[in-house]
Order: sequence, then C-alpha cells, then structure tokens
Amino acid sequence: MTPPVVGWTDHPAAVALAARHRLRAWEPIPWVLALAFYFAFPKYLGFGTELLITILFALSLDLVLGYAGIVTLGQAAFFGAGAYTVGILAKRGIWNEPITGLILAAAVAAAVGLGSGLVLLRTGGLTLLMLTLCTMALLEEAANLAHDYTGGFDGLDSLAIAPVFGVFEFNPLYPKTQYLYVLAVLLVCFAFVRTLVYSPFGQSLRGIRENTLRMHAVGAPVRRRLVLSYTLSAAIAGVAGGIWAQANAYVNLGTLGLDRAATVLIILVLGGHGRLYGAFVGAIAYMVLSHFLSKIYPTAWQLGLGLLLVVIALFASNGILGIAEAAARRLRPPRAAS
Amino acid sequence: MTASLLETRGLCRNFGALAAARGIDFRLEAGARHALIGPNGAGKTTFVNLITGVIPPTSGAILMKGHDITRVDQAQRVKLGIARTFQINRLFRRLSVLENVYMAVAERVGAAPSMVRPAGLRRDVVEEAMQLLATLKLAADAGRPISELPYGRQRLVELAIALGLKPAVLLLDEPAAGVPSAESHIILDAIDGLPRDIGVLIIDHDMDLVFRFAERITVMVSGAVFATGTPREIGADASVRAVYLGQAARG
Amino acid sequence: MIFGVDVASMVLGGVAAGMVLFIVSVGLSVTMGLMGFVNLAHGGFAMLGGYAIALAMKQWGLGFGPALLFGFVVTAAGSAVLERLLYSRLYRAPELDQVLFTIGLVFMMIASVTVLVGPENQPLMLPPFLRGQINLGITQYRTYSVALIAVGILIVSGLWLVFERTRTGAQIRAAVDNRRMAESLGINIGRLFTLTFAFGSGMAALGGGLGAEFLGLDPQYALKYLVYFLIVVAVGGLGRVTGVFYAALLIGVLDFALKKYVPQGGTAFIYALTILLLLWRPQGLFGTKTT
Repeated sequence: MTPPVVGWTDHPAAVALAARHRLRAWEPIPWVLALAFYFAFPKYLGFGTELLITILFALSLDLVLGYAGIVTLGQAAFFGAGAYTVGILAKRGIWNEPITGLILAAAVAAAVGLGSGLVLLRTGGLTLLMLTLCTMALLEEAANLAHDYTGGFDGLDSLAIAPVFGVFEFNPLYPKTQYLYVLAVLLVCFAFVRTLVYSPFGQSLRGIRENTLRMHAVGAPVRRRLVLSYTLSAAIAGVAGGIWAQANAYVNLGTLGLDRAATVLIILVLGGHGRLYGAFVGAIAYMVLSHFLSKIYPTAWQLGLGLLLVVIALFASNGILGIAEAAARRLRPPRAAS
Repeated sequence: MTASLLETRGLCRNFGALAAARGIDFRLEAGARHALIGPNGAGKTTFVNLITGVIPPTSGAILMKGHDITRVDQAQRVKLGIARTFQINRLFRRLSVLENVYMAVAERVGAAPSMVRPAGLRRDVVEEAMQLLATLKLAADAGRPISELPYGRQRLVELAIALGLKPAVLLLDEPAAGVPSAESHIILDAIDGLPRDIGVLIIDHDMDLVFRFAERITVMVSGAVFATGTPREIGADASVRAVYLGQAARG
Repeated sequence: MIFGVDVASMVLGGVAAGMVLFIVSVGLSVTMGLMGFVNLAHGGFAMLGGYAIALAMKQWGLGFGPALLFGFVVTAAGSAVLERLLYSRLYRAPELDQVLFTIGLVFMMIASVTVLVGPENQPLMLPPFLRGQINLGITQYRTYSVALIAVGILIVSGLWLVFERTRTGAQIRAAVDNRRMAESLGINIGRLFTLTFAFGSGMAALGGGLGAEFLGLDPQYALKYLVYFLIVVAVGGLGRVTGVFYAALLIGVLDFALKKYVPQGGTAFIYALTILLLLWRPQGLFGTKTT
C-alpha cells in the first residue's frame, strides 16, 4: 500500500508563498519609532506631520506605479482633489468633521481617478504619461478659474476643522493632535495597501507589471484591474491631500501642481518603488535632506537632486531599498539547491 | 450536424499588402490531436494569434461550439476555454515557478480579483498549481524564480500555465522548441498525457513529434491551407513532400 | 473689414508662435518616434541653446544669424556627446528610468544656468532690421513675426526635402516605422540615433533663440513650456515632421485666439482638447497606429 501523498501545501515553495504576508519582526519598528518621535521631539511635530503625509502620498503612488506599473506624472491631481474637497467644505461651513471629511476626500479623489482612469488607461507609454500630465494641469487650471470656490491663486486659508472625536483640537502652533491623527490614518491606509499587495489582486498586478501580454493570455481582465488600482491609488492620494488640508488648515493650487507630482515620484523612486516601505525610506531621506539643504542652497539642491536622479536612473533604479536588497543578497551565504 | 469544438470559416488577415492568412477553413473537434505544419512564414503563428484573439481578422469568422467568437477579446476567449503556449516563452521572469502557474489557476477559479485574503493562503489554488507542477516534474523547482531555470524547464512552465487554465482547446506553438533532447521526453510525455476530451493543435517542425502525436495534419503554405489529412496521407503526398518535407530532408 | 484685419493679425501672431513651437518640437518628435525615448530634457536643450545664442550676441557681439548658427552647432555637439555617453545606455530601459534620467538632466541644466548666468530673464537683442513693423498691404504687422513665419516655412520645407529625398531621411523614416526591420536591412541605427538626436537638439536651440522674443528666456524655460512641447508632439504624431508642423500651428493659433477672446480658460481648453484628441486618436492626428 502506497504511503499517503503529502499535501502539496507542505511543499517548501507553497509554505514560502503562504508565509509571505506574515508580519516580519522588524515591521512594527517604524511605527514605534514614529510614536517615540512624538515624545522625543515635540518641537519638530510640524515637520513630522508633513513627513507622515508625504509617506502616505508616496504610498498611493507606489500602488499605481510600483505595483500596477503605470508611469504617471499626475498623481497630484488626486492629492489636490482631496485637499480641495476638505478645503471647500470647511471654508463654506458645509462640513468640517475631520474623519468623515477624509472619507469624502477619498470619495471625490476616487471619482476623479475612476473617471480619468477609464479613459486614460486605454492608452499606454508616452501617450498615457502625457495624458496624466494634461489631466492634472487641466484640474489645476480649473481650480484657478473657479476662484470663487477655490480661492484661486491665493487658495483657502484659516480652515476651521472640528476637533477629532469632538475632543482633540487642531492647534496650528502645537501640532500634537495633527501628528497623532495623521499617524493613525497612515497606519490604517498602510494596513489597507499591505493587505491589497499580498492578496491575489495584488499578485495579479505584479503579473501585469511583469508581463502584460501573458496576463491577457491567462484570461485576466487587464484594463479592469489597472483602472481599479488607479482608482484605489487615487482614493489614498485623496486622503493624503485631505489630511494635508486639515493639518495645515490651508489649501492652494500647489496641491495640484507638477512640482508636487514630480517630488512624490522622486521620493518613491529614491526609496525604492514596488517595495511597500520604499515610500517610508524615500520620504525620510528626501525630506531630511531637503529640510537642511534646499532652503540654504536652493540652486545647489536642484543640481544635486538632478545628479541624484541621473545616477539612480542609470545605476540604481530600484532606489535605496534596492541597493540594500542587493547588498543583503551578496552578504547572505549561497542558498543550498532545493 | 453538431458544431465543431473550434472552427474557422474563410479566415483572412492582411498586413498591408501581405496576406498572412487567406481564407482558412479549419475544424478542430473535441479530443482531436491535430498538427499544423508548413514552411517558415506560412502563417501558422498568425493563425494561432487569430484564433486566440491577439489580432483581429480582416474577414472571416471564428466559432467555438457553434457560437461566433470573432469579436470576443483575448481574455474572454481564455475564459471560454481557449489556451495557448507561445513560441518564445512569455513568463513572469522574476516570479517563482509556483507563482507563475498560480497566476493562471487563480484567474480560472476566479480567485484573482479577491483583495483581502493573502494569495498564499488560497489553499485550493496552491494545491492545484503544485499538482500541475508535479505532473510536469517541476515540483522541485517550484520555489525558484524563472530567471534561474534552464530554458528547457522554462518551456515546461509555459506549458504548465496553459494547462492551469483547464482549456477545452489547447494551442501549442512549437512546444519543444529550445528544449534539449535529454529533456524533451518530459514535454512529449506531458502532451501524451493531455486529457482526452480537449482538442489540441500543435505547431511544430519536428516531424518525429508531429507524426508520433498527430491524428490529423494540416499543411499551411503562404497563409493558406495546402493539404489536410491523416499522417499517412500527408506522408505519402508527393506535393507536400516537395513543398515542405523535401526541404527538411535536404536542409 | 476691421474684424477681418483683427482676425488676420491674430492668425498671423498665432502662426508665428506656432512656428517657434514647431522648430523646438520637431526634434523631440523625431527622436521620440525614432528611439521611443521619452526625453523630458528637450526643453532644456532649447533653453541652453537660447542662452548660448543670447550670450554670444551680448558678450562676443555676434550678429543674430551667426549667433543662431553658433547656438545650433554648440547644442548639437553637446547633445551628441550626452547621447553617446548617457542616453544610449537607457534605450532599452523601462520608461520610468528614462523619465527619471531626463528630469534629473533638466534639473541639472536649470541649476547650472542659474548659477552661471543668473535666474533673471535673459534679454535677446534683435537686430534692428527685424524690429518694428512691416507693411503687409492690408495692415502693419510685427516684422519679427513675419520673419519667423518665413523662417518656419523654410525649415519645414528643408526638413521635408531631407526626409523625403535623401537617403538618411529615408533611413530615419524606415527606422521610425519599424526599427527591427530597418536594422535587418543594414541601417546603422546607433549612428542614426546620434545624428538625429544632435540635429533635434540643435533645432531646439534654434527655437529657443528664435522664440526668445515671445517666450522669454530664463532658467525655468526648460520646464515651463515642456507640457506644450509634449502636446505638440503627441498631437502631431511621433516622428512625423508634417504632423508636428500642423499641430504646432494649430496649438499656436488656438492659444493666441483663446488669449484674446477667452483670456480666462484658454489653457484649460487646450488641455481638454488634447485629452479628447488623444483619446480619439492615441497616435496623434498624423501618426500611424502601432500594432
């Protein structure tokens, strides 16, 4: 009598696949550090808040660029859509509850993402890149034109945002509430993105990025998946924009500008795209450097940034995390043949 | 008369002035073991591209079980049961062998759109993918990325992906091409072991494989069907030999 | 009668602006069509060339014509070096890497010019015979605009001749249509790329200098007008000289007309129009569909 066949789920490859999503030991560390930052550097909470929002924004771009493989220079369109949603509702006294405000911001940004994604993602390559630029520029122009609602070039300031849970007030001078609020929102959004990335949907996005033609040939509805991930990414970018407006009590055209879109792209690539934590690493690296250098020597900053981008494009297109991975692979002893 | 599993009627495809497919009438029945041969440039791969929906025909119709699928897009045709392998591997090179086959199985069983549960925890998909790898003697390599595998084994993965789609019609474009002869028996055994109820069309230049496998052979020349028949008929046909087999014997 | 004159002068202004757009963008279109390379630094070459021309005139007292030639040659040579050393490494790279590289390059260009020359607008003194107005019969019109139109027509005719009647031009057209087939026909693609890239960047420099009167010349030029150049290229169709020409004229005239009659929403309209157009025809008005 033949021995019972071992279930295939015990095979090392299957076990590896099943274990992929599990929390690694070091994963809580960034969050612990972020919390420690709150207590250790109370004077830098404004910078910290801005950093956390940037991470959230970069995370949204990673979903669409790092995982779905859509090269876009227009991600700020959704950031701005979320920001202006919060801003206009607050300025006109229609709605200023923060948490539901974020949900509204996400919804509006998602609608913009869905609408533009459905039409733009029929194209690819240069045409798509161009269209993302045009869409964002169009939104920026529209916001400028509708200055009765958006405040035009000056934007909307002194937004009155209600306290979180009715208790924790936003104080522009001491951004303690802002910091913890943004940290909590970032945690929630990150958990969402992380789950998505390890799900079969996220797996299929990887497939689309690796070999789109093959995905068509296995029956995957490629465009539908791309539009869906584009929309989800837009929603998260909208949350980032909305929370930016809430934390700064301010919104202006810069939220929709090419500058913001290009910066977040640089940040994500610097950290390493297609790797969940690239957004974290890139944002920290960029903002720390920028904080110290860009105001003191703005032209040297631009020159250095340009040089960095050229070097990254030529030699290190996977960013800091990519370099770290390559180094780790070299240091690890060669794996025995399985 | 019951409809064939797969049928093309007057299928034509022009690329500018070049007629890559000229009025092809073709039938594939369930359980068929059909081979498509012809000189280089005869339009065999174009024909497969037309059937799978990679390119639209200039005119003519494609039917599956009697239903017109000429306007149906590629992904939909896969769902209807048409699967193919490519002449040159189209794999997810940076993903593991298991993940490659997982992709196909997940699409078929409808697991792919799921956004919550981790991919690796879909036991049903993992089991089926591993089972498939085992039948092709790929289980030992399941965890390795494609880029680390020799080309012959990659070709097997290409086949595994197509089988993971549990097709009714399987189109194999030179399945053994590039496989070292020491390993080609695995592919041949796999082809022998294909479920009897699916219709298989193989394009190949290897006459041993063709004559061993095929119950019917179609010869294509310059985009049109030149001859159709049993292996014996085709083997005995002098004009076929002249146009194709003769060249192979000389070259 | 007055209305007709108004429209005519507006069209003339738009055509002149379109000519500048064309001269700058034609190089971008051909290199993108030929190499499939997203060169966001193209505006930077226009800026650098414009500065070279303006400074040659100011510091060395070169005449306008010689300065233009100088700017063309210097920019073409410099870009050829860049192409051989750096650009060529990225031809098979993913689109993202090309975007990053060229953004980085344009940042470096802007920073260098800011440091070496200064952030202010760089004035370019037109020679006296090009200033002022010229009498066109029905109306007086700006001499420079008329000159620009004449130069533009000359250039597009010259380019058309090169593309349609010379062997290099035929090789370029063949490679744009199907690079692999062109290679198998023995065409030296690498040399063709360098030549085309250098020529395209030289043209951009020319456009930068010629257009300084309208578009100004400051370090931000490289990014300020980038979207417009990209729109012209995308709408015209990659690699189509005539396509870029018509698209540039269209955009130029539209922009002028909108600035005059709808000063508020003009740019938004052009963006919206581009989106609609590219959705209807992703290959541009004159491009061919890629399989």
